[in-house]
Amino acid sequence: MTEEKFQKRIDAEQKIEPKDWMPDAYRKHLIRQISQHAHSEVIGMQPEGNWVTRAPSLRAKMILLAKIQDEAGHGLYLYSACETLGISRDELVQQLHDGKAKYSSIFNYPTLNWADMGAVGWLVDGAAIVNQVSLQRTSYGPYSRGMVRICKEESFHQRQGYEIMATMAAGTPEQKQMAQDALNRIWWPSIMMFGPHDADSPRSGNALKWKIKRQTNDELRQSFIDKTVAQAELIGLTIPDPDLKWNEETGHYDFGAMDWDEFWRVVKGDGPCNKQRLDHHKKAHKEGEWVRNAAKAYAKKQELLTV
Amino acid sequence: MDNLINYTLRIADNALILGQRMSQWCSNGPTLEEDIAMVNISLDLFGQANGFYEYASSIDGNKSADDFAFLRSEREYFNNLIVEQGNGHFGDTIVRNFLFDTYSVLFYTKLQNSSDDTLAALSSKSLKEAKYHLRHSSNWLIRLGDGTDESNKKVQKSLNDIWMFTGNLFEMDELDTDMLNKGIGIDNSLLKSEWDKKVNDTLSSAKLNRPEDGYMQTGSKEGIHTEHLGHLLSEMQFLQRAHPNAKW
Amino acid sequence: MSENTDVWEVFIQSKNGLPHKHAGNVHATDKEMALQNARDLYTRRKEGSSIWVVKATDIIASQSEESEEFFDPSDDKMYRHPTFYTMPEGSKNI
Repeated sequence: MTEEKFQKRIDAEQKIEPKDWMPDAYRKHLIRQISQHAHSEVIGMQPEGNWVTRAPSLRAKMILLAKIQDEAGHGLYLYSACETLGISRDELVQQLHDGKAKYSSIFNYPTLNWADMGAVGWLVDGAAIVNQVSLQRTSYGPYSRGMVRICKEESFHQRQGYEIMATMAAGTPEQKQMAQDALNRIWWPSIMMFGPHDADSPRSGNALKWKIKRQTNDELRQSFIDKTVAQAELIGLTIPDPDLKWNEETGHYDFGAMDWDEFWRVVKGDGPCNKQRLDHHKKAHKEGEWVRNAAKAYAKKQELLTV
Repeated sequence: MDNLINYTLRIADNALILGQRMSQWCSNGPTLEEDIAMVNISLDLFGQANGFYEYASSIDGNKSADDFAFLRSEREYFNNLIVEQGNGHFGDTIVRNFLFDTYSVLFYTKLQNSSDDTLAALSSKSLKEAKYHLRHSSNWLIRLGDGTDESNKKVQKSLNDIWMFTGNLFEMDELDTDMLNKGIGIDNSLLKSEWDKKVNDTLSSAKLNRPEDGYMQTGSKEGIHTEHLGHLLSEMQFLQRAHPNAKW
Repeated sequence: MSENTDVWEVFIQSKNGLPHKHAGNVHATDKEMALQNARDLYTRRKEGSSIWVVKATDIIASQSEESEEFFDPSDDKMYRHPTFYTMPEGSKNI
């Protein structure tokens, strides 16, 4: 198959499957994007895991655990989609540990009070869902199927976060203050989750042409902001952006400038928790090595017994 | 009534404290699959705790399930000592859970026949989960025991270290006897021989040596715990204690 | 012992009477672990009543390059479909 024929299939909205011919650059782009997505799910367990043992009610404990568990599951769905492209999970994890593969920068921010569990669900999952809904139509079959499953399961994530925010905003003055504090800290990093402006996003061209991405960073960001403003107003919290206002003409909210210096600084490694998150992952992986080895050794012995 | 509440709390506390321990594995497991498995177990246990606390709350008529879970002092928790022991490494956790899960399956199997309908119903629901937990912990115990030399040595040590907390599982005090006489509770001491048999079988498949039944630590029935519980509770109760009367 | 852990494909039957459908895969070193991992990953929301796991390396798949010789020959065999046949006017229940 040629690149031209491949593009024709893409243009005709046909899905590409693992054994189909694909341009090398398409494969590479997918591996980078899907593994980054998988690593984000897995590293994203940590900021929420930070509050698991301190969740303030039995109900809150169970919800938070179920949500983090989903994230581990989504990491697995994505690793397995990525493996269909001819790379093993071990290699992907190695790339993460070597700093060659990235994950979403949002997880390099700390979760400092219980309301952060609300803000993370409402804003971070909210932003992720906007992106993932769009990716359900991605051109690579296994990635698309993974996204369909993930979107279905994640539908409760944003709602539980918003519920926490709403409860705290309507609670004691201290609780409301915690909720506003969480919103203040998490708002800007979460709208930067959609990535740089389209004009500064060099790889978007191919990704859109190959229909890996279906909408641009700026389109997705705008759609998220448009949805979220009214939700904040409803529960009496203030989005920390003085330039935020409805624009009658465009039918969208205008918003202030994002701090891209901070964004790139955190992407490149200098964020509040970059080192902590990666060290945590490496430590768990290393401490589990003897367990994985034991399981493999046991399986080998069993095979010998049955021969 | 007080006896029934306290009997119910003993069961609920076991589930809560082990659930809390298992939740500490979140993002720390040896594989991502195992992370999910351990969180699943934790979720089952919190669900069980919630059910038993709700029942205690309904008899009490005043305290909520969350009040029971979050607002008692250390001396008012009655979980068995084994479940509060720290997670240690993965093998320590598997050994602790295996010994407790084996007990738990036998316990719920008997308590299903309680003359108290609610306890009976909660037990048969919990039993299904306990059986799955036992399957998980026994399989891992066998893999680790019969895996590498290193893993065998590690879990043998885990087993030796925790053994002194197993005797506590089979103790009977006045409250237990009262509940037994009323047809509500069960005789823990009668579970021991079946527990011995099941544990011995699995240990032999796992190529592990059963430690001698030596000194056995006791105290949980009077709320005397190991030092581990206080730390677990101070973390777990932090928000409830820091913001009294707040809703979450 | 650095070789990769086996990949197992997972098939879930959502309820009795329905076929097992491919759900995805899990990593596991033995079959019991594969079954438990599949249960924990793919049936967290009551999606299943039965699970099959099979080692990915044991699955034989047709090759995408062969898809023409594999599947095109059935293109012109319309006589295998009921709509191919002409029934006399007025015939019923057939």
